[in-house]
Amino acid sequence: MKHTLSVVVEDRPGALTRITTMFARRAFNIESLAVGPTERPGVSCITIRVDCAQHSLEQIEKQIHKLVNVLRVTELVAGEAVERELLVIRVSAAPEKRAELVTTAEALGGRLLDVGADAVVLELTGTPEELDAFHELCHPYGIVDLVRTGRIGVPRASARRRPARRLAAIN
Amino acid sequence: MTGGDAILRSLEAEGVDVMFGIPGGAIMPTYDAMARGTAVRHVLARHEQGAGHMAQGYARASGRAGVAIATSGPGATNLVTPIADAWMDSTPLVCITGQVRSNLIGTDAFQECDITGITMPIVKHSWLVSDVREIPATMRAAFHVARSGRCGPVLVDVPRDLQEATLDFAYPDDVDLPGWRPPTKVHPLQIREAARAIAHARKPVLYVGGGTLNGDACAELARLAEAGTLPVVTTLMGKSAFPETHELHFGWPGMHGTKWSNLAMNTCDVLVAIGARFDDRVTGKLSAFAPGATIVHLDIDPAEISKLRDADIPVVGPLQTAVGELADAVAAQRAEGAPVPEAWLSQLRAWREEFPLRYDTSEEWLKPQQVVQALQRLTADTDTIVTTGVGQHQMWAMQYVLSERPRSFITSGGLGTMGYGIPAAIGAKAARPEATVVCVDGDGCFQMTAQELVTSVLEDLPIVVVVVNNAHLGMVTQWQDMFFDGRRSHVHLTAQVPDYARLAQAYGGVGMVVTDEGELETALEEALALGRTTVVDCRVDPAEQVFPMIPAGAAALDMLEYPGADTTVEARAL
Repeated sequence: MKHTLSVVVEDRPGALTRITTMFARRAFNIESLAVGPTERPGVSCITIRVDCAQHSLEQIEKQIHKLVNVLRVTELVAGEAVERELLVIRVSAAPEKRAELVTTAEALGGRLLDVGADAVVLELTGTPEELDAFHELCHPYGIVDLVRTGRIGVPRASARRRPARRLAAIN
Repeated sequence: MTGGDAILRSLEAEGVDVMFGIPGGAIMPTYDAMARGTAVRHVLARHEQGAGHMAQGYARASGRAGVAIATSGPGATNLVTPIADAWMDSTPLVCITGQVRSNLIGTDAFQECDITGITMPIVKHSWLVSDVREIPATMRAAFHVARSGRCGPVLVDVPRDLQEATLDFAYPDDVDLPGWRPPTKVHPLQIREAARAIAHARKPVLYVGGGTLNGDACAELARLAEAGTLPVVTTLMGKSAFPETHELHFGWPGMHGTKWSNLAMNTCDVLVAIGARFDDRVTGKLSAFAPGATIVHLDIDPAEISKLRDADIPVVGPLQTAVGELADAVAAQRAEGAPVPEAWLSQLRAWREEFPLRYDTSEEWLKPQQVVQALQRLTADTDTIVTTGVGQHQMWAMQYVLSERPRSFITSGGLGTMGYGIPAAIGAKAARPEATVVCVDGDGCFQMTAQELVTSVLEDLPIVVVVVNNAHLGMVTQWQDMFFDGRRSHVHLTAQVPDYARLAQAYGGVGMVVTDEGELETALEEALALGRTTVVDCRVDPAEQVFPMIPAGAAALDMLEYPGADTTVEARAL
């Protein structure tokens, strides 16, 4: 079972390393990881996709929460949060195939970023599942490079109950 | 003042009375500040590992954070073992290391090493100071983190140029750690539910770990046990949390625990873990441990709850509060008529009679158990602290020393660090000069940190080291004999080399040799009375094995008992 955790940390040297070191030491599995600033200066958000096959989500969350730089740990529950990811891809496309590829990409919400003699660079922002589908679609053309940012997310604005379960129930 | 002065003023502000360390290049400005004067006594160790274990021994004997100080590079890496040990056993330890100058960091400078990186998996937190003005707040935070919540090690790495730089010193009253909020309260509903389960249990057992000592909850534990008439089993780390001559004390669990204790733990209906963490050395095969028992788990660390065994009733919070409130709640339940588990207590007493610790005496050899028993006889009812190394002697010490007062048994449990005993004893002596401190050591352990006998002698911190000398790495030998068809592989150390007594004399202490039971008590009595650093080399039977034993990975109830006199365990020639 996979889960997405939103970990809000003080932006201090080593804050990310402490989390990844702890994951490595306790043999927790990270599927993806995205780090960036938040609305608060000096505070960053680390979005971690974890595989909970071996360990309970609760145990992983508690171990993260014990780290001194960690301010808050929340699970982004599927359906109760909006999750997005960015994919940038370089696809080989001879001039005769280019129009077809770009049209298909744009139909899926992709955007053309760069055009070369025998390749194009496309971007797509979407749910991880949409990105998977786009990846598959580009496959026949020949993928030269593909990078994904890893997912990020926030609780839904429309959710009726408190959407993101605050896991760190210490006390 | 300089950054070095600021480190010392911070230690003084924290009420530190002793620190343990060794100077070197990158920490010299701070040692120079010591030369200008400080209220903190510095104990000069002979190896940084020794300094670290001394700080641990100090911490465990006193309940205060231990302080170790070392230079960069090898000085810092030598502290890694004590830091790992403190991490596993939740010992509050503040390590201060020098670092190369800020402008040299990352250049592979002389004696540079990334000690915050190396120790990251084994500290609660660490700081690489980047501005001299951060020193007071960092020191304040370091002590706060080491001591609050679940205790543990922290490290402050200070580049040399920052120790030389100047600042206006003001020690902060508060810490600015928005992400560090250990539990301070206990949920009353959980206490009520726990009390009901415990008071109505037919077969309750209190499974007491080291967290009880760290949480200063020993008096509350005694209140709980007595209020509920509840049997107490103490782990190796929990040893001394409850008086072991008390009628409600029922031994020690786990791999070399007593059979009656393991029977109690594994057939109980309500198991109350207090500051204990279901370590594999206690549980044996986890899936077969305490089958069907309702688990009540009290701990300051929420991450320990259901880490290994699901807790039915978790109680998170400071143990002094939690155990104290639980004692009141259980007393109330008893007052309302919840019956004392008399039948269960009779059963436990019967098991204790039926399965005592056993060994055979011999005409030929002094037995290691006799050594520890003699020590117990001579130190009973005295203010004595026992430390140990790791191995067979440690297990015999656990079995035959009866600890009466909190913090009177100090050992390396989680990491199992050979060589812990001597420096930990010196640290304990620094914390409690009025106590007699005895290190029960193995001959293998002794050789790992023996150089600290010098520290003991020259710093006037006398300890008695009782070497249970079986000429072998005894526990490894036992495992080779039991699980590797007796193939002895690199375990023979010899009984005579080094000559432990003469080595003690060379280090400025007193050395004695005991080869038979007749001399044993006299020698120990003399050693305890001398008030000097003394090594008693007890030449014991190298064939003796520790029993009972739960083989690693086996179910606790599948323990092997002492085979008796007509045994398959052959006496082996040296």
